[in-house]
Amino acid sequence: MTDAIAVPLRRARMWRRFRRRPMPMTGLVLVAGFLLLALVGPLVTGDPAQQDYLATLAPPSAAHPMGTDDLGRDAFARIAHGAQVSLQAGVLSTALAMAVGIPIGLVAGFYRRWLDPIVMRLVDVTLAFPFLVFAVGLAAIIGPSLKGVVLALGFAQLPAVIRITRGEVLAIREMDYVAAAVADGAGDAHIIFRYVLPNCASPLIVQATVAIPTAIIGESTLSFLGLGVQPPTPSWGVMLTTAQQYLGDAPWLAIWPGVMIALATLGFNLLGDGLRDVLDPRSGP
Amino acid sequence: MILKIDNLVKHYGPVRAVDGLSLEIGEGEVLGLVGESGSGKSTVGKCVLRLTEPTSGTIELGGRDITHLSRRALRPLRRDVHMVFQDPYSSLNPRFTIERIVGEPLLRHKVADRRETSRRVSEMLEKVGLRQEMRSRFPHELSGGQRQRVGLARALILEPKLVVADEPVSALDVSVQASVLNLITDLQKDMGFSCLFITHDLSVVEFLADRIAVMYLGRIVESGPTEEIFAGPRHPYTQALLSAAPVADPVRQRERRRIVLGGDVPSPLDPPSGCRFHTRCPLAYDECRSVEPALHDPRGNGHPAACHLVTADRVPDAAATR
Amino acid sequence: MSLLEITDLSVGFDTEDGLVQAVRDISLTLDEGEILALCGESGCGKSVTAMSVPRLLPPDTTRLSGSVKLDGRELTTLPEAEMRQVRGKSVSVVFQEPMTSLNPSFTVGYQIAEVLRRHEKLSRRDADRRATELLELVGIPAAARRMKEYPHQLSGGMRQRVMIAIAVACQPRVLIADEPTTALDVTIQAGVLDVFRDLRDRLGTAIILITHDLGVVADIADRAVVMYAGRAVEQATVAELFAAPRHPYTLGLMNALPSAAVDGRLAEIPGMVPSPLSDPDECAFHDRCPRVQTDCRMSRPPLVRQGEEHLAACFHPGGQS
Repeated sequence: MTDAIAVPLRRARMWRRFRRRPMPMTGLVLVAGFLLLALVGPLVTGDPAQQDYLATLAPPSAAHPMGTDDLGRDAFARIAHGAQVSLQAGVLSTALAMAVGIPIGLVAGFYRRWLDPIVMRLVDVTLAFPFLVFAVGLAAIIGPSLKGVVLALGFAQLPAVIRITRGEVLAIREMDYVAAAVADGAGDAHIIFRYVLPNCASPLIVQATVAIPTAIIGESTLSFLGLGVQPPTPSWGVMLTTAQQYLGDAPWLAIWPGVMIALATLGFNLLGDGLRDVLDPRSGP
Repeated sequence: MILKIDNLVKHYGPVRAVDGLSLEIGEGEVLGLVGESGSGKSTVGKCVLRLTEPTSGTIELGGRDITHLSRRALRPLRRDVHMVFQDPYSSLNPRFTIERIVGEPLLRHKVADRRETSRRVSEMLEKVGLRQEMRSRFPHELSGGQRQRVGLARALILEPKLVVADEPVSALDVSVQASVLNLITDLQKDMGFSCLFITHDLSVVEFLADRIAVMYLGRIVESGPTEEIFAGPRHPYTQALLSAAPVADPVRQRERRRIVLGGDVPSPLDPPSGCRFHTRCPLAYDECRSVEPALHDPRGNGHPAACHLVTADRVPDAAATR
Repeated sequence: MSLLEITDLSVGFDTEDGLVQAVRDISLTLDEGEILALCGESGCGKSVTAMSVPRLLPPDTTRLSGSVKLDGRELTTLPEAEMRQVRGKSVSVVFQEPMTSLNPSFTVGYQIAEVLRRHEKLSRRDADRRATELLELVGIPAAARRMKEYPHQLSGGMRQRVMIAIAVACQPRVLIADEPTTALDVTIQAGVLDVFRDLRDRLGTAIILITHDLGVVADIADRAVVMYAGRAVEQATVAELFAAPRHPYTLGLMNALPSAAVDGRLAEIPGMVPSPLSDPDECAFHDRCPRVQTDCRMSRPPLVRQGEEHLAACFHPGGQS
């Protein structure tokens, strides 16, 4: 084995380990489908706000593959646009939580002293509230909008991110390679960014794949409760709210968003499990 | 003197890990610091590198007191002292390539640019017997012995005056251990660094140390030239330690007089009064329980022991009581 | 007939990289009251060999063939329910790590007595009395007081003694000790080895001692099997083995010890252990061996008799005694 191919080989081996398992691959396919729907879907479907009063609550047909809702809007177009909203809510809120939570966790875990106990008590207090209750409370304060959803879900995820980061940092700072860097006279910033952070990346990536589906469910729930995205913007949660009035006449209106939420979250969770297994450079031969 | 430790004390809360320890290492000298778990031997190494702050006492490196230097003031001095760790699995950053790991100290101390660093890394890898193609590998792709060679390369690339090696071979298999020990002796002769070699394994220090210091519960109980200690251990603890390590020869091993110590190592939370070894010493008498023996060298031949029974014309024999 | 007879035992594990063959065609016997050392370096298959006896290997991924007979009874095909009776009662195990092998929530006395009550159906009082005797047997002073203590109150050496007490509680025919003193200090190790010797002398327990430490082998074992890359390469009485090692690997191990230094240098064994994924038809040691010749690359040397009670797998054995 020569130098240049050593690293690609490692990636190749990780991919091989990943590919051989059916569950993570299913997750990958589901997530890819979700991304495709969110990114390409809105371009090919019609206007989700286009009303057709001649075809309200129509069952699935060639013109409307998923049927129409009470205002005659195409359900498929709304599902596709709703996927975009879900993706934004899931990814942006998780990114927000990571962007704020990782630095806090790093600093608390690395320096300990007085900061760590304060941060950890706050984290414990917020973790005492169920995630959704916390998010609902925040959303109610911030006000209903997509921005509000992202902020509320982002902050609701924050304690978990801080906790995981801190836990990893605590373990890594005890490693001999960190001691070796200190013994070399390396500064704190160097140690944190070159030694500690890269080594807690794997669990954080896994955490992200778990957090995104939670946030997707969170968005749907908030929107369902009227605290999130507001009609007429299509969102899976909003669609469910509408659908519940017509459960008997047009059950497909509830089934589509429900199935989509289930598949998207399942996909991310399976993917996360698979990543956890292969990402750790220390695991496996 | 490269390293001079005077009356070093390190307490972790109530735990008295090191409790008044003094030692010196001369230029090009290898000192084996021997002790069992809980003796505080690793803490001494950490204090020398200021990985932990001493509670009291002084540490001098090359004649300069570093005990209370700030991190900034300490930085240039760190070129002269490096450490090799026990665990070849946790002592190398898993996210760095071998080249990066070995070259890091050069870049850190800004003594070489990238090209120069690359050249010296090559040189160093060759010295520790690693093929050049290892440069771009990651630690987890290497065997335990190879990793320990990387750790050595990293510790030696700045040509330090002192290397602190904390059990560098005890996680390795015998055959790998042999090659790493040979390598350490070769490099030491070649580069001439002084070494504080911390270990629990007497056969390893017998192989490579010039002098030995034996620790028990945070203090040195005996020190002296390696041959002296192995030929005529003075402290009953050293005698017990030597007799307990089995030799790989069934005939000799089964005929040996062994000193089996009673009881356990007392807790460093609450070391015994008087001589710390008296609770397990087969020769202990009243004075041992109340008066702590000082490290003294009655024959003046550089072989002091901390035992009341050691006098100019008499050395205790712990095996005689069985 | 020997107490324990292992014949042509091979053990492999399914992994993502394929079948890892940990043990290949091992045959060995153990007599009553005998201490047999399985030695070799990490990955040589010594633990897997021993753990095949009580079947303490992951059942889903283990591929085992060959035969393990205890008192003439085949263990490899025994139903799990009966195997559970064998474990703990006829065959018991002492592990390396005494810190994690005891339940921290119960007193050591309770943990020993529990085994006695389960397997021997003793009453509570009898079990307690017997537990105290066992603690005395393994050399724990003030046993009655120690009975009421929790694992965290004991030192490593004391905990390992408690583990041994639990292991011998039901007077097993075979005791498997996996690196039992590796985590202990030398001054403590000597005492624990004495406990094993004492058990053998007093109860006639046969002991399989898994160790990498040739000093321990020399100290306590009657016979030893040296393993390399999953195979037994040499097998002899301890006196024979150390006096006249036949296999170059055994000799290499002995010469690599720091105490065997000649002129300030240790004898190294060059190269590395071959991958357990492959099994070419040649001597597994050939590319590290100082005595290698053409025939070593052509076929695998069988384990053959080299003298009374001395077997070695080498075409060019040395050290005639």
